[in-house]
Amino acid sequence: MAAKIKIATTSLAGCFGCHMSFLDIDERLLKLADVVEFDRSPLTDIEHCGPCDIGLIEGGVCNSENVHVLREFRANCKILVAVGACAINGGLPALRNFFKLEDCLLEAYQDGIGVDNPQIPNDPELPLLLDKVRPVHEIVKIDYFMPGCPPSADVFWSYLSALIEGRDPTLPYELVHYD
Amino acid sequence: MSGTLCIDGITVPFSDGQTIIEAARSAGVYIPYLCHRPGYAPYGSCKLCTVKVNGRTNTACTLPAADGQTVISNSPDLQYDRQRITQMLFVEGNHFCPSCEKSGNCQLQAVAYHQNMLDNHYPHFYAQRELDASHPDILIDHDRCIFCNLCVRASKEKDGKEVFGIAGRGINKRLIVNSPSGKLKDSDISVNDEAAHVCPTGAILVKRSAYLAPIGERIYDQHPISEVACEKAAIKAGEARGYGSCDPTRLPSPSQQNGGPDSHYAATMPPAPDIKHGR
Ligand code: SF4
Ligand code: SF4
Ligand code: FES
Repeated sequence: MAAKIKIATTSLAGCFGCHMSFLDIDERLLKLADVVEFDRSPLTDIEHCGPCDIGLIEGGVCNSENVHVLREFRANCKILVAVGACAINGGLPALRNFFKLEDCLLEAYQDGIGVDNPQIPNDPELPLLLDKVRPVHEIVKIDYFMPGCPPSADVFWSYLSALIEGRDPTLPYELVHYD
Repeated sequence: MSGTLCIDGITVPFSDGQTIIEAARSAGVYIPYLCHRPGYAPYGSCKLCTVKVNGRTNTACTLPAADGQTVISNSPDLQYDRQRITQMLFVEGNHFCPSCEKSGNCQLQAVAYHQNMLDNHYPHFYAQRELDASHPDILIDHDRCIFCNLCVRASKEKDGKEVFGIAGRGINKRLIVNSPSGKLKDSDISVNDEAAHVCPTGAILVKRSAYLAPIGERIYDQHPISEVACEKAAIKAGEARGYGSCDPTRLPSPSQQNGGPDSHYAATMPPAPDIKHGR
């Protein structure tokens, strides 16, 4: 049997909606499982991504850990795909770009309504926030983009089928949506 | 003067006073555009309609059609340039389509879909722009303005008011409102004005009209902009000149045309939502 295609997935500054949409391919998951093996992904709980054929990145880049994960994916994946609006343009998390980082922290941890024991978290374990949320293509080279918030299950299916078969993924008009 | 010109190998007739883009539309040939609108004086700011005419680069919305012109619109080079122009418009403003009321009815988005634009390519500006929700019926989200000048032209030429203007240059360019406070509420715009409905993006929105057509049932969810742009023109041309190339059953339904803020090709503006009486 031919070696299985290795896929890694991660959610950076995203809501996991793209991953949920991926799971929406439903019974096609079984077909996928015949030819694909998952490396790092919320499905496997593997901590670091090893050498892979395809990396799917959901979410934009909002903190130092996101940068490391993204670079690790780039170093290990032959093909890197930006999945969904947040990965492509920052999406909802990037709405904080219009405020000062300090104000965001104060609002969330100190001044916000209902905040108990107000304090700005400060622990070496915590990744540092970037001053702006950035789309992934501004940090590493991205090979393909899957638009949508989230991309529909059919978009995932169409893209993955093409990539697995070694074709360039293209989307028919009906599947191109930004919302 | 009238005659014929050749667009991408198709013979297209034109009549007196038509620009290349209008001759093309009448014949059912779609050349993408954003700052143009049928019935408005040409403006030529977005450059999306760039074509080669007899070997020279021109904007199809400003150049008068002339007998014997050879126009190339659909070449890979021009399509590439159009995609890059559209990507620039996206990164220059803040286009978060999933949270935009206009999504699905937006011409900017539809033009991007038409070009199969899957990413924004350039680094994002995340420009800081204000929202003006001061008016009871109309709001401006400056994040989404592409400076097409259509609201400026609508207010001046159609409504006889001059509510809008574009000030500044380059990165400092902005849409301004002609009122003592600079706020929309202190201007003399009314929800029935053409200027309130003409915006091709979600920058000027009529309040309380967001979900008249649900997401997924909006104009460009159902029809590519190339179809929407040309069908009515083609049907009209068909009546007049025996063009029979399009299938009227594929037109957006009248309810979509009215409900959707895209009054794009309606000869008259869609009725404004009955805001005074609530719904
Ligand atoms: S104006 Fe159009 S392109 Fe911009 S966010 Fe709204 S739907 Fe998207
Ligand atoms: S507000 Fe709309 S109509 Fe006016 S210039 Fe901006 S994009 Fe064009
Ligand atoms: S439509 Fe011709 S320049 Fe904008």
